[in-house]
Amino acid sequence: MTTALLDALSIALILAGAFFFVAGTVGLLRLPDLFSRLHALTKADNLGLGLIVLGLMPLAPDPFYAAKMLLLWLLVMVSGATGAHLIAKRALRRDGEDRQ
Amino acid sequence: MPEFLIAMGLVLLMTMATGLIRVVIGPTPSDRMMAAQLLGTSGIGTLLLLAPALGVPALADVALIFALLAAVSVVAFTRRRTGVDSP
Repeated sequence: MTTALLDALSIALILAGAFFFVAGTVGLLRLPDLFSRLHALTKADNLGLGLIVLGLMPLAPDPFYAAKMLLLWLLVMVSGATGAHLIAKRALRRDGEDRQ
Repeated sequence: MPEFLIAMGLVLLMTMATGLIRVVIGPTPSDRMMAAQLLGTSGIGTLLLLAPALGVPALADVALIFALLAAVSVVAFTRRRTGVDSP
């Protein structure tokens, strides 16, 4: 009974995570300018991967594996936020090759 | 359950392949870099899904390396300046 419930929970969470990845990709392709595309990308990074990690938690073979996945999510969140800021700042200052 | 995980991994692979369109059409290098970042995150998701599905827990370590390389590549890209670094 508990196993079925946990399986249903992880299936729901992983489906939601995959939805955010699809939404992020569609946003990356369809949105008009660089900054709105950056916005769509960070949604996929943080929320999509976060929901997938949460959904995989009940399937983890031991607590250390679960903690490793949580830390991986944390690393991706920190690096995603830093990278988004760096890309936006570079585009705003126009000190790269971004002149269209 | 493994079948479901592999199917979701395939969905993520498809988003990865679709994101490559943005790498091709650009128009700015920042767009291409963002698409490459999405590719890295989707790759991490796919690896995490495949680890329990195939029974290979070491794939989580591969995902960690992916996350590290994605962070380093974005920082290296944004430190690049025209006129200074270009030949």
